[in-house]
Amino acid sequence: MILQDKLGEDGDSFYNALMDAHDGLSEARSHALNARLVLMLANEVGDFARLKDILEAACEDL
Amino acid sequence: MPYDYAPFPYVAPPGLSAPETRHAVAIGGAGPIGLAMAIDLAQHGVKSVVLDDNNVVSVGSRAICWSKRTLEIFDRLGVGARMLDKGVTWKVGRNFHGDKEIYNFDLLPEPGHKYPAFINLQQYYVEEYLVERAQKLAQFIDLRFLNKVIDHADHGDHVSLTVETPDGPYTLETDYYIACEGSGSATRKRMNLPFEGQTFEEHFLIVDIEMEKSPFGDHDTPERWFWFAPPFHNGQSALLHKQPDNIYRIDLQLGPETDPKEEATEEKVIPRIKAIVGDTPFRLDWMSVYKFRCAKLDRFVHNRVLFVGDSAHVVSPFGARGGNGGIQDVDNLGWKLAAVIKGDAPATLVETYNEERTHGSAENILNSARATNFMTPKSPIEALFRDETLRLAAKHPFARKLINSGRLSRPCALGGKSLQTDGTAPVAPGSALMDAPLSGPQGDTWLISQLQGRFTLLTLGNFDLPDIDGLHIVTIRDGGSFQDRDGHAMARYGADHIYLLRPDGHICAAFTSPERPAIIAAYTRATGGPL
Repeated sequence: MILQDKLGEDGDSFYNALMDAHDGLSEARSHALNARLVLMLANEVGDFARLKDILEAACEDL
Repeated sequence: MPYDYAPFPYVAPPGLSAPETRHAVAIGGAGPIGLAMAIDLAQHGVKSVVLDDNNVVSVGSRAICWSKRTLEIFDRLGVGARMLDKGVTWKVGRNFHGDKEIYNFDLLPEPGHKYPAFINLQQYYVEEYLVERAQKLAQFIDLRFLNKVIDHADHGDHVSLTVETPDGPYTLETDYYIACEGSGSATRKRMNLPFEGQTFEEHFLIVDIEMEKSPFGDHDTPERWFWFAPPFHNGQSALLHKQPDNIYRIDLQLGPETDPKEEATEEKVIPRIKAIVGDTPFRLDWMSVYKFRCAKLDRFVHNRVLFVGDSAHVVSPFGARGGNGGIQDVDNLGWKLAAVIKGDAPATLVETYNEERTHGSAENILNSARATNFMTPKSPIEALFRDETLRLAAKHPFARKLINSGRLSRPCALGGKSLQTDGTAPVAPGSALMDAPLSGPQGDTWLISQLQGRFTLLTLGNFDLPDIDGLHIVTIRDGGSFQDRDGHAMARYGADHIYLLRPDGHICAAFTSPERPAIIAAYTRATGGPL
């Protein structure tokens, strides 16, 4: 699976908002934030077949 | 061969022996911004005196990346073609993570434009060309080297300056004073104006080397290489790209715990360069170690004292938004100040320079701060996200889009600002004009060479354009002022609209029919309202 860009012009804004969300958090809390985000975004994707493909792609060359 | 820094002659100014007649405009600083400012005003028929504390062009190449929009502005100022001839046009960019190439991208020029997206050219050449151009406009531009502005006072309807020369000090009066003195602006400091923003803790080493053999391999194509976590250097990033005369620019991120004095020495720098270029012989041309700031003034207009370029705003170099942002300031201010001085527009028009360019500069600061943040992760979690983005980028296009080694300077959009009339069109009000190849009575030409410098009503459709005092009319069609050489103009502007262009080439209104009252209303608005 090859993931094409869907954020367009908002890519930099999102990336910066994500970094701002982590700003000042301890390592444990950053992990917690990431876990929450993964779960919430997975729910937004809402398609198990697609989520399985994404999981696989994320595990590749880890 | 090192650049020949021939000094410009100092001539004792008239103000040393007798009071000078009040000037319309005095410009502090003869760098690229001050010189371009004087040339722009001269082309609008306004005289200026340019005061510079030095008598040579920029020492070291400093600003090197000039964007398409800047080149189009320089085309109007009479030096664009010369810059393009001498400059190195970007062709291929490669991004590396460690010793692995993540991906490369095409920087080839888009067809149908006179100028490419970017060229590299040393600041000293740009200043040399601008000085020569200014000297050709000597009836308008009084260029004074070794004339250092040491004090100024705003008297409400004029400004007085105290200027120091090798023969002692003198004073002069001017209707407007434009500070183009660079990031250390003495005028800004004298006025005690807050200049706030973000300072980045990382130190960067900037080096220019001259080298016969291309580091990019056995081909002539100039490339632009960017490394995250380079293998030859333990910092976070490195950049290598080519300038004319076999000069290469190297930027190395050194980290926050750096002693800048110790780093800016040949003993420290030469091994760092050898780690990149190996045994290839090279000559060290120029180097500098510094920290970056992103900061701006709240206002660029302070009654009769105006701030332009780095005097008004500074950015990190990622995205090439410093010099290019400054040239857009000049382009924005030139016609407005000229119209006010000539009595063609109300004095309040100058205030729209503040409105439009504080907006442009905030956009530049946002983009360059984001690039700097990506390149200098400030916590382990930021470093983790950045490294995984880089690893994903080898395979996934979405991650490549997130890699930020500088979002390159693009023309500022001015839609919604007070001089523009809202509307929709293929080239929307507020945008800078788009170039296209044209042919006309004098043979082949370009849209940007014909449509900048004055208010113009443009159409490619079959409209009868009304004759309006002060408006130049251009039609691009069979039997019109120009013909569309290969369809690019039609593809970009369409045949259904009439465009009103400002002298700086920004579209300020678009119409679907040639209604005289609507066009006059938009034109009046774009010139700052009724006199």
